[in-house]
Amino acid sequence: MKNLDQIRQKYVEQYRRKLGKDRIVVGLGTCGIAAGGNKVLQAIKEEVASRGLDVEIDFTSCIGMCYCEPVVEIALAGAPSVIYGNIIPDKVAKLIESHIVNKTPVYEWAAIQIPGEAAPYEGISVMEKFPYYEKQVRSVTSRLGRTNPESIVDYIATGGYEGIEKALQTDKQAIIDEIKKSGLRGRGGGGFPTGTKWQFVYDAQDDKKYAVCNADEGDPGAFMDRSVLEGDPHSVLEGMMIAGYAIGADEGYIYCRAEYPLAIRRLNLAIAQAEEHGLLGDNILDSGFSFRIKIKAGAGAFVCGEETALLNSIEGERGMPRVRPPFPANKGLWQKPTVLNNVETYANVPFIIRYGGDWYAKMGTETSKGSKVFCLTGKVNNTGLMEVPMGITLRDIIFSIGGGIQGGKEFKAVQSGGPSGGCIPAEHLDTPIDYDSLTALGAIMGSGGLVVMDETTCMVDVAKFFLNFTQNESCGKCTPCREGTKRMLEILQRICEGEGELEDLDTLERLCKVIKNSALCGLGQTCPNPIATTLKYFRSEYEAHIIDKRCPAGVCTALKVYTILEDKCTGCGACARNCPTGAITGAKKEPHVIDTEKCIKCGTCIPKCKFDAITTA
Amino acid sequence: MSSCTCGGQVEAKKEAALQKLFDRYRDYKGGLIPILQEAQNIYGYLPKDVLRRIAKELRIPLSKVYGVCTFYAQFHLKPRGRNIVRVCLGTACHVRGGSKILEAAKEHLGIDNGETTEDLKYTLETVACIGACGLSSCMMVNDDTHGRLVPEQVGKILDSYE
Repeated sequence: MKNLDQIRQKYVEQYRRKLGKDRIVVGLGTCGIAAGGNKVLQAIKEEVASRGLDVEIDFTSCIGMCYCEPVVEIALAGAPSVIYGNIIPDKVAKLIESHIVNKTPVYEWAAIQIPGEAAPYEGISVMEKFPYYEKQVRSVTSRLGRTNPESIVDYIATGGYEGIEKALQTDKQAIIDEIKKSGLRGRGGGGFPTGTKWQFVYDAQDDKKYAVCNADEGDPGAFMDRSVLEGDPHSVLEGMMIAGYAIGADEGYIYCRAEYPLAIRRLNLAIAQAEEHGLLGDNILDSGFSFRIKIKAGAGAFVCGEETALLNSIEGERGMPRVRPPFPANKGLWQKPTVLNNVETYANVPFIIRYGGDWYAKMGTETSKGSKVFCLTGKVNNTGLMEVPMGITLRDIIFSIGGGIQGGKEFKAVQSGGPSGGCIPAEHLDTPIDYDSLTALGAIMGSGGLVVMDETTCMVDVAKFFLNFTQNESCGKCTPCREGTKRMLEILQRICEGEGELEDLDTLERLCKVIKNSALCGLGQTCPNPIATTLKYFRSEYEAHIIDKRCPAGVCTALKVYTILEDKCTGCGACARNCPTGAITGAKKEPHVIDTEKCIKCGTCIPKCKFDAITTA
Repeated sequence: MSSCTCGGQVEAKKEAALQKLFDRYRDYKGGLIPILQEAQNIYGYLPKDVLRRIAKELRIPLSKVYGVCTFYAQFHLKPRGRNIVRVCLGTACHVRGGSKILEAAKEHLGIDNGETTEDLKYTLETVACIGACGLSSCMMVNDDTHGRLVPEQVGKILDSYE
């Protein structure tokens, strides 16, 4: 068998040469681009050209600090990398003048530094000590924000494709045993042991098998898979190759949602590069193993994240789930044995093969090993992507890493696992997170989206939001999901309109149980979770809507009553001048009042009031 | 009024592209969805005649083609605007006021969610998450993602598209 030694040596040198120069690197994940990263890159190019500087300009993906995008990294040869946050084009000239020309970082804009072997700058937090990163580990995400995702040179120079090289010289069963030993469980939400899944497909007798990657990350509030695909596409390919070799497949599919155009572009590029290097195609590295990967772009159906619906969609059918058994391990894609894992699961595989299952199993809890990538969003100060060891508490994630709640407001709940997950209240913030503890709380690990909610979020409205989503996305194949979600949504709408009755809550609870027990696929079986958990932990809010006809968070429009707090109102008149219906009256410098008959609850007055004197609760 | 004469050429070009597409996917397993996606790229939507052609070329019933394209949100049976505006109403955007962004877009374009402006310049849609939650509220115009939006910015962003 051929090995990659020669090419690796060449690429390591090339990579080191790049790192040995003065460098400016811009974060260009979807988030960085959305925040204006391309404009920053353009401004940097122009500034560097106009000054005639000899600087390497490169780009990378998302380092995870979405809250301070666009992110720019500057490193002088032999000095620490400094990562700057919130860099807009107007800041570029000063940044280059100071850091590149005068060799002095702009301390006030610096977020963190990564010293490597150099002596750190005084006055800038070192990454490992910075609150956002202190409790994180970086394994699957180790290349995110650090290497150029469109360069196979960077990937191979940082240990890439060592996993497949090693795997090709290992017995297939031994690879599966190593994955079992690692304790890796499916990162797409279900948490099924990956090694066991591979074993089923390995044991299935057939002339054709498939390895499929589920990149149909549809949960609102989740972007882990997008970040991995955009930031380290080769790692997913390598994981799939190892899986393909171990189970005896020669073909793989990545089913990626069409809403991720950049991920699809980078995957296509990575596949082309791997083919050029003889890492995909026939007789890989002269080992006799052949493997090809194709990308299928989704067409906008959330249910296709369900494994059997996904297989139907690849086959060109309506993406409706199949009845199981038979399971995909026996009859999957085109009725052939198929291993189906999600992006993050595959991305973990090369690391496990390189460093061993024992290494991986050292991290995590008794039943959930390794690390998990989460996306923290919602009403939290530091939104972004993070990788943490299993077993960390939600409090650590939200308050240590996430920096607490925006605007100093009160934490109310965190929603884990998207439309299939649940809302976890403050009293459970200290639960160590793993697959089993979250399930015990009525939520699920899900793919890893965590949406933080504060006192201004209405939990009934949140339940309605999720149900509206699943109701829209229900494929209609089975009655409990098709009809049940509709009935539950109608009840929630009634409650939010102030027309609910207490019996509705019992009906909701009963419907939750029935749908959970009788729906055909994961989408239906888990869609009651947001309702069941909010009913369990926030029942008083439902009751306030029903009995008092009041929305405590002041969200549900029909129940809003706009009033002016007498003690806060200064009588400036700003609200009255802007009220479209003239519902606000009052003498100058005297507290104003709102005529609820005239008020149309449009909300115009609230942002106009500088004294927070208008409430809706 | 002079009448436009390029129509025939444009149609012929589209027809050629469609034919190429069939040749490429004829022996491709599970080709229906990629064909629909690319046909939609050619025509901007999926006209009835094109669906008929696809059914004939792939030797499958028209009902099946119709069934697949009505199942997926991405396929459109009516003409669409040159610029597709997708306001995100995912969880993170929901709790950070995504609906106000939608309101601003509706007002600016004078159309409702799911509609196309008369000049075929814009189509307004909502999406249940574009995965840029760290920058919520956000919206996509074509392939560009705009993040950290407040309603006041929406008009200016939309006007920047031709």
